[in-house]
Amino acid sequence: MNKITYSLNYRKPKGEYLPDEEVLICVRYYHKANNAAPKIIKKSTGVKCKLKDWDTNWHKKECRSPVKSSDKDFKSKNSLIEQTAKNFEQYLIQIQKTPELKYSPKLKSNQPDGVLKDKWTNHKNKINLVNPANKRLIDIIVVGTGLAGGSAAATLAELGYNVKAFCFQDSPRRAHSIAAQGGINAAKNYQGDGDSTYRLFYDTVKGGDYRSRESNVYRLAEVSTNIIDQCVAQGVPFARDYGGLLDNRSFGGVLVSRTFYAKGQTGQQLLLGAYSAMNRQIGRGKIKMYNRHEMLDVVLVDGKARGIITRNLITGAVERHSAHAVVLGSGGYGNVFYLSTNAMGSNVTAAWKAHKRGAYFANPCFTQIHPTCIPVSGDHQSKLTLMSESLRNDGRIWVPNIKEDAISIREGKITPLDILEENRDYFLERRYPAFGNLVPRDVASRAAKERCDAGFGVNATGEAVYLDFAAAIIRYGKEEAHINGEDENNETLVNKLGTAVIKKKYGNLFQMYEKIVDQNPYKTPMMIYPAVHYTMGGIWVDYNLMTTIPGLYAIGEANFSDHGANRLGASALMQGLADGYFVLPYTIGDYLSDDISTGPIPTDTAEFENAEDEAIKKLNFFINNKGKHSVDFFHKKLGKIMWNKCGMARNSKDLNEAIKEISDLRNLFWNEVKVPGSADEFNEELAKAGRVADFLELGELFAKDALSREESCGGHFRDEHQTPEGEAVRNKDYQFVSAWEYKGDPKDAILHKEELNYNDIEVKERSYK
Amino acid sequence: MKLKLKIWRQKNSTSKGSIVNYDVDNISPNMSFLEMLDQLNSTLIKNDESPVAFDHDCREGICGSCSLYINGQAHGPDRAITTCQLHMRKFKDGDTIFIEPFRATSFPVIKDLIVDRSAFDRIQHAGGYISVNTSGNTQDANSIPINKTDADNAFDAATCIGCGACVATCKNSSAMLFVGAKISQYALLPQGKVEASDRVTKMIDQMDLEGFGNCSNTGACEVECPKGISLDNIARMNRELMKSKVL
Amino acid sequence: MSVFFNTSIARKISMALSAIFLMVFLLQHFAINFTSVFSSDTFNEISHFMGTNPLVQFVLQPILIIGVIFHFVMGFILEFINHRSSKVKYAYNNGSANSSWMSRNMIWSGLAILSFMLLHFADFWFPEIDAKFIQGDWEGGKIMVDGILTGEYRYFTELQHKFSYAPRVIFYCIAFCFLSLHLMHGFTSAFQSMGSTIGRKKVLLNLSYAYSICIPLGFVFIALYHFFNH
Repeated sequence: MNKITYSLNYRKPKGEYLPDEEVLICVRYYHKANNAAPKIIKKSTGVKCKLKDWDTNWHKKECRSPVKSSDKDFKSKNSLIEQTAKNFEQYLIQIQKTPELKYSPKLKSNQPDGVLKDKWTNHKNKINLVNPANKRLIDIIVVGTGLAGGSAAATLAELGYNVKAFCFQDSPRRAHSIAAQGGINAAKNYQGDGDSTYRLFYDTVKGGDYRSRESNVYRLAEVSTNIIDQCVAQGVPFARDYGGLLDNRSFGGVLVSRTFYAKGQTGQQLLLGAYSAMNRQIGRGKIKMYNRHEMLDVVLVDGKARGIITRNLITGAVERHSAHAVVLGSGGYGNVFYLSTNAMGSNVTAAWKAHKRGAYFANPCFTQIHPTCIPVSGDHQSKLTLMSESLRNDGRIWVPNIKEDAISIREGKITPLDILEENRDYFLERRYPAFGNLVPRDVASRAAKERCDAGFGVNATGEAVYLDFAAAIIRYGKEEAHINGEDENNETLVNKLGTAVIKKKYGNLFQMYEKIVDQNPYKTPMMIYPAVHYTMGGIWVDYNLMTTIPGLYAIGEANFSDHGANRLGASALMQGLADGYFVLPYTIGDYLSDDISTGPIPTDTAEFENAEDEAIKKLNFFINNKGKHSVDFFHKKLGKIMWNKCGMARNSKDLNEAIKEISDLRNLFWNEVKVPGSADEFNEELAKAGRVADFLELGELFAKDALSREESCGGHFRDEHQTPEGEAVRNKDYQFVSAWEYKGDPKDAILHKEELNYNDIEVKERSYK
Repeated sequence: MKLKLKIWRQKNSTSKGSIVNYDVDNISPNMSFLEMLDQLNSTLIKNDESPVAFDHDCREGICGSCSLYINGQAHGPDRAITTCQLHMRKFKDGDTIFIEPFRATSFPVIKDLIVDRSAFDRIQHAGGYISVNTSGNTQDANSIPINKTDADNAFDAATCIGCGACVATCKNSSAMLFVGAKISQYALLPQGKVEASDRVTKMIDQMDLEGFGNCSNTGACEVECPKGISLDNIARMNRELMKSKVL
Repeated sequence: MSVFFNTSIARKISMALSAIFLMVFLLQHFAINFTSVFSSDTFNEISHFMGTNPLVQFVLQPILIIGVIFHFVMGFILEFINHRSSKVKYAYNNGSANSSWMSRNMIWSGLAILSFMLLHFADFWFPEIDAKFIQGDWEGGKIMVDGILTGEYRYFTELQHKFSYAPRVIFYCIAFCFLSLHLMHGFTSAFQSMGSTIGRKKVLLNLSYAYSICIPLGFVFIALYHFFNH
């Protein structure tokens, strides 16, 4: 229903006007399309009339003239108003005819032309480089020292740039990349099972549900092999077979074994590799390391990123740091959910501050929920613990198929061992016979949630499913017995041998589980439940990994580019290191080649001063606010909203509510947050307050993004868009990247779309059946 | 559960600290030790007292941030875990728990339970790496087969999380398990052998410069190490040093 | 050389080397002394040989003295450095949870042994030096009569005489307990410091227990034997 109405443009409450006061008249165009939210467009007529001359019942009269005859110019005024309305109507018809510009010209992906497989090589050949002597004149700031930041800092320093690296932890080695367990993918095809760069590219794009940039992903697959060579040369102790060659395992969502691993601590070993490369450069003086420093803002000079403002977390000192370019490797924002597998300190502040300064934020709603986490045990829970996806190689996931059994288990009356084989529902094997327990993470997570929502969940909370190794123990046990020439039918023996095999493969994970849950997973099945794990969305970057702010780069999980709507297992490590070791160090030269004669960037300019003042003002605000509730109070509330309404399955009603609730919570936060202590000391609460303030803004944008994406794809599942069997339905019209421009409140953020084209891969329904 | 806590409080690195008593109530046995401290802190904030500062981050036992000397032991009474993996079910209702920072002259206290472990970083800067450029033009990863036992031993040494429990628990505040693990990792791999002699000298010199004590082989570090790093690594380091000095 | 001793590990290694040397010495010392239990003549013969052989007297003995002094001095130096490295002590430390009492108290067992050594020197070594270098008795108490040495060697008699005094015997026994404790950690620790993981293998652990219990016990036995049989 569309209509045009007249109204007075009140500038203060209606009752405060005197009858003789003049008010401007405007035309309102009320528009409502079928599903969209109503839109009101307002236009001034330029005509004023006294309040007493305004006919409130104008719409009931046939002439529809709002100015009463008591006004001496009522005729001319009414005709003017009428004319304006007519013109306005014409204009509206006109703009509705011209199709809305679908893709934003502001988002230039800078993908090189040519054949997909040659793009990266050609690009490297064409871009500008900085000669070694000039690199000494250029400073680069790297924020974050995980796999992406650490490897980038080391490589940039090695190339000759002066690097300043920042991390909030007490050592770069503690960045959360360290917690990655499973492995790192690379298209080495050492197992000879038909792997190739193209197949890795294909799996990644398909796994990401066709929402990633084709050329970026191909480049990632291409450099993946270099990563393994590099890491081995650095002394990363990958698992090896008895012949002394590198071993591989397979991971969810793919049909080849391409994952390199170092027991369950691959992330740790890779990070320590990058850290050692950093150490070498720190020792040489090429990297200046700032530990326990948190980035509070990015400073723009003439529209270019030229520095950052940081806070020394020990002394509380707010500092200015300048450079010719700034690289953000600050990780993902999973902690917007409060409970996630991210580290306690993981935060969005660096990325969000960049967003506020003009970097577009892409696909915030693409979040990965990891299926194999240890379930929540109570309200005191501060974080969730992930267990490697590799467990799904041998574990079978099930719930009881009789609701009464599930209830009895929850009440502690029976144990899972009491459930007969025929009363177990191996729901992944049932729904996805081809991939079974190895379906991608998003599919596995949603299937578990579906069962729990249907009332078949276990654990006291009803929010858990079983991951059972009994079958694997028997299978391996029989194999071993056969190899040793022992009796395959001896149950005790088979059990013992099988347990030993499982212990060898997953011993550390089983031990970790036992410590946390206090149950022996060799005897009773493990309980798992999905938890927020990784964020595919992040700062929008072009092919060179530069954001929409010139000179500001984003790498690793902090950017959005490679995983689309869902990330495959063992690909995060690959992307972080690819960006840091092999992509950014080349592409950044293209930008910096203009800066060889710029000279050092001074920090005593107005831009730095303003940014610093702003940061200090905010810190002081928190200290002086003296509210009622601690920072965690708000963070937990935000987490609940996010998990319940923007979690594994979303719908427009929930999302609209979430937007409202988060916005209200944010207002409450600014009024009532309580931060003890002072700003000039080690003050964890103060640091947390700044982080949660940013999460409270991001959360709303997240919900807004999820609401605007009318489809189900990858980690983003909308209840409105599913098949009768509950499978995700993708919408071809949404084959684009949503990049949001900051405009003050998150609700005012402007959407820019980057078109995604797939020339070298057929866009197919993503089926794992 | 109800507990009595005796916690080391110290405003900053220059001030003098002391043990302060706190009582906590309603502690669930399923809580991790750090969650118990979270609960204490939330009460302290409510009462306008300053919360207890402690290092923590990943809370899954791998980042090495958390420390704490709990009831006279680094990372508390349980074995093969970090403090964040210690659960309250290891304690009994009414227990008194001493919570102190890791102590060593080379680990000065920053605030309360937080210590400065940057000495570890500096030891690594001195030589904890293999000098290889990140050009991507290194030889194929499979061109040097590595004996599985060596690879596994190198891995076991490399699992060190740099938490500093070895130093904290050592009566001599010796960092030899930490340094030994790093030296061993590289000494066991062919890639690391090239610079082995140089590395061991530089790292040990830096370790001594940082003021860590001498190893007297009590073996406490191995017992308390959350990752079970073996004392064999110290022996290997000693061997490596002899090799570098004698050969 | 001085550069070598500047590193912590070199100090450790030298400590271990001197320890192994002392343990070998202790073994031979025990072997010789033990002969006194079953044959005073054998004991006298060997004692005289050791006491008058120039190689033993002027080469091995100085080395031994240097070894002993080095082990003590280095022990003190290490203790001093370690003390400096761990100035602030824990309010509550549960050391027994992760290490043996012996390993944590080497300095105390060492000091106990030092005090014993002083007594031991006063008892045997100084009189021996006095007899040989001041009195000029190079014949072990035998007297030259008509160009033939006659009489008994004095060594066994002196030994018996010393161990007839109960307080001394008690003190010796206590000191040997400390020696046992010192060895229990020191034996395997020396191997570890020398860079050998063999010190932590079962065989060597057992050998270590055997050595550190049997040798001091043997000395105790000798002392008691002479106390009761003089």
